[in-house]
Amino acid sequence: MKRTDTSNPDYFHQVVDCQWGCPAHTDVPEYIRLIAQGRFDDAYMVNRESNVFPGILGRVCDRPCEPACRRGRMDEKPVAICRLKRVAADHRGDITDRLPRAPKEKNGKKVALVGGGPASLTVANDLLPLGYECVIFEAQAVAGGLMRYNIPAFRLPHEVLNEEIDYILDMGAEIHYNHRVESMKALLDEGYDAVFVGSGAPRGKELRLPGRYDTENIHIGIDWLESVAFDHIDAVGKKVLIIGVGNTAMDCCRTSLRLGAENVKVMARKPREFFKASVWELEDAEEENVEIVVNHSPKEFVVENGKLKGMSFELMEYTIENGRIQDQDVTGEVFIACDDVILAIGQENSFPWIERDLGIEFNPWEEPMVDEVTYESTRGGVFFGGDSAFGPKNIIWAVEHAHQAAISIHRHCQGESLQDRLPDLLNLQSRKMGMHEWSYSSTFDPAARRKMMHVPLEQRFEALGKEVELGFDAEQTAKEVERCLNCDIQTVFSDSLCIECDACLDICPTQCLTITSNGDKEDLVTRLKAPVLEHEQPLFVSGELKQTSRVMVKDENFCIHCGLCAERCPTAAWDMQKSLLTFPKAADYVSGPDSGERPCQQRKAG
Amino acid sequence: MTFARPKINLPGQKVNEIGLALRDYEGSLSTLCAGCGHDSITAALVQALWEMSIRPEQLIKMSGIGCSSKTPAYFVHGAHGFNSVHGRMPSVATGALAGNRDLVGIGVSGDGDSLSIGFGQFGHVIRRNVNMLYLIENNGVYGLTKGQFSASADAGSTSKKGEVNQMQNINAVATAISMGASFVGRSFSGDREQLVPLIKAAIAHPGCAVLDVVSPCVTFNDHEGSTKSYAYTRDHKLRAVEADLISPRAEIKASYYAGDTHPVRLHDGSTILLRKVDPDYDPTRRNNALGYLERHRSRGEIVTGLLYIDQNVTDMHSQSRTTAMPLKAMDYERLNPGSEALRELQKGMK
Ligand SMILES: Cc1ncc(C[n+]2csc(CCOP(=O)(O)OP(=O)(O)O)c2C)c(N)n1
Ligand code: SF4
Ligand SMILES: [Mg+2]
Repeated sequence: MKRTDTSNPDYFHQVVDCQWGCPAHTDVPEYIRLIAQGRFDDAYMVNRESNVFPGILGRVCDRPCEPACRRGRMDEKPVAICRLKRVAADHRGDITDRLPRAPKEKNGKKVALVGGGPASLTVANDLLPLGYECVIFEAQAVAGGLMRYNIPAFRLPHEVLNEEIDYILDMGAEIHYNHRVESMKALLDEGYDAVFVGSGAPRGKELRLPGRYDTENIHIGIDWLESVAFDHIDAVGKKVLIIGVGNTAMDCCRTSLRLGAENVKVMARKPREFFKASVWELEDAEEENVEIVVNHSPKEFVVENGKLKGMSFELMEYTIENGRIQDQDVTGEVFIACDDVILAIGQENSFPWIERDLGIEFNPWEEPMVDEVTYESTRGGVFFGGDSAFGPKNIIWAVEHAHQAAISIHRHCQGESLQDRLPDLLNLQSRKMGMHEWSYSSTFDPAARRKMMHVPLEQRFEALGKEVELGFDAEQTAKEVERCLNCDIQTVFSDSLCIECDACLDICPTQCLTITSNGDKEDLVTRLKAPVLEHEQPLFVSGELKQTSRVMVKDENFCIHCGLCAERCPTAAWDMQKSLLTFPKAADYVSGPDSGERPCQQRKAG
Repeated sequence: MTFARPKINLPGQKVNEIGLALRDYEGSLSTLCAGCGHDSITAALVQALWEMSIRPEQLIKMSGIGCSSKTPAYFVHGAHGFNSVHGRMPSVATGALAGNRDLVGIGVSGDGDSLSIGFGQFGHVIRRNVNMLYLIENNGVYGLTKGQFSASADAGSTSKKGEVNQMQNINAVATAISMGASFVGRSFSGDREQLVPLIKAAIAHPGCAVLDVVSPCVTFNDHEGSTKSYAYTRDHKLRAVEADLISPRAEIKASYYAGDTHPVRLHDGSTILLRKVDPDYDPTRRNNALGYLERHRSRGEIVTGLLYIDQNVTDMHSQSRTTAMPLKAMDYERLNPGSEALRELQKGMK
């Protein structure tokens, strides 16, 4: 195999599984170490740089980082990354003086942002400091978008939401509330230098079955949640059926319990392994005695004299092979009585307000055609991000889309190429302090994942906005931070220094190192000390070693970053170095690529 | 500061015939210098003992004094052990194995421990053919006392400071062969592929198996001018005969016999397969072996592999016609029949 090019930032980035898994590339191990040192403000700011809403995401993020976490590969649960993010947010002091500020002198460019959700707010966050005027149009009387009206307050308290939204609005964004944009043409005619559409995917999917329109008691999940959030609905029947098992379904069932429902069932068509909802959201719902019923396919709404009596379902049986449904059978039918039905079977974006003759093209599914790098539509100067761009994803994706769109908007306004983008940067710094001393907690702590404490069931339903999760206490935090393996403290190898004494191979607790003769990949993997289990994980292959012309091979999959290889190396051929990865944002394009240190590089690793 | 090597449950971890993982054959974390060849040999011992499925409580590890002599602490936690005085490991080993012939004995020594202060003991344990692995971790210096030349340092090689060694060296393998050893091998800490099978063959051999393993001292003897450095050893090493141990249960594949291969059957039913890398070499004939070693020594080459084997030398227990039952298993009354029995015995001698 060819010598691995570790100067490509992607190599070490991929080793930091959580950061690689996070759409916004949050430097997770770095902020966890900062929390360990009690530096909550710094931890918060590291988060904010990438994900903009640490307090919000520390509660409700989809957490793609956690299934990716290396710790989960050692027969254990991943580090509670999301909970730790909340620790940083909950314990931070006043950080307002560390927030980006908009200059008094504007640059004369004006950008319209449609929708006041996470995507538009992030664009404003990135462009306001550069002197742009950002004008947000929000259909509701408050900002936040789906973060406010699709996520119930018992999961995300309003104070948390307001505070982080205000950080951005207070920078000087102009926001028009109760202002639904009805015509893209009219908006374009107002002469903005760029338009960003971040209005989400606001249409809940329908379930057209007999009886659907014969009663008032069938609701579309996201609309229903919105009505609850704005106090238009404050009660629901005693028996409620939720159709669908995504995260919206989980929010609907738990909200129902808080509006007076006593018996809530979530009806799933398929078995559990096919559920879309995050495992923890399912667990939280079941803890509140929501019943999750599998293999029931909706057949009919049973309505008598305009009154909903219940629903009938077909009982399903599936033949499953290799995690896929091969065949299905209907084995019977049941009727389940209920007072209300809430449909939570997905949502889609819809743009009735965008005229089809503006040069903004749509695909046959009525989705806008959006460039995956620049987020520009087929009409120059019109950008999409968040759920508007590629359909429903989640908040963290919306934030990353918006970071990228902000770069494009800036380039567009400056008359520069959108495709020309700055590369990600990698900076490595040794963490060696002395003989057996590393400036990170290198010892492996076998502790198990800490459990989030919840408000007791009997107190939970007192008020709709009572937050259920209590957050980690000091003891839990102290334990959990030590579970992080510090994957960003990289094992960096200099082949010219190696004397092939095998000390690193022998000390490695996971046998992830091998010195062997080189060969192509299929051949090489047969000679590794431990079998390759994850082919997605990179293999490091050194250059030829001096004494025997063999190569050092490292399977990154099982490295626990304990630093023992470096500690045992007599010639410092192995070293432990922090990989500080920087991902350019709009601000980095201001000074131009050749003018020395970019703003994104100003953060120094702790 | 790192205090321990963490135990991590990895998926797909293999176990041996008695259900133990490789890591169950480890000992305490080494306190030797990082990169010391001795640590590599420790790892090879762990590998060999694991592959042979030796029960930890069946093993006794013994040593004298030196960095090398510290290493028994670093493998097989659950084994017996005795760290004796400088150069006296052979006496302790002889006693231990006389008392319990069922033990698997491993003595780890250094070039200083065996070829200087313990030279006499070294000769006699070979003569008695005590059933053990006698492993010399040979670095050409007294590592523990900060790098003085040892008796195995080659004449003309230099110390770290540049001082030239004037004295002739004692060649451990040639000495052992001439003293009538029944099994003699040489290897290099940096050649695990050769070392592990050699250790296995040595342990299986029913007599005193001497292994001289070049083991660079990174701190005091890994410089230019040293003839025991990693680089020098790699450059001058010559493989003469390789050995593989085939357990009695394993079938012997035809492919093993490819080339110049000779099986040596052991009493326990296992087989040591000798594979001649150099067809001129005959490890079953003493004069051939010694002549070959001398020819290559004069060219500056380090001959490695299984250098001499003789299955017909009787071991200590056969020489003394001791009972088949380990003494430690015997009832006290049988072991020590009392003064009456002694008088009876003496009567017959008058
Ligand atoms: C009776 C006695 N004499 C001298 C010493 C000092 N001493 C300690 S270790 C050592 C030499 C060890 O050399 P070697 O056996 O080659 O082991 P290494 O440290 O090189 O592995 C000596 C002379 C001692 N401990 N005891
Ligand atoms: S002094 Fe030499 S022999 Fe002793 S531990 Fe250090 S490297 Fe090994
Ligand atoms: Mg020595």
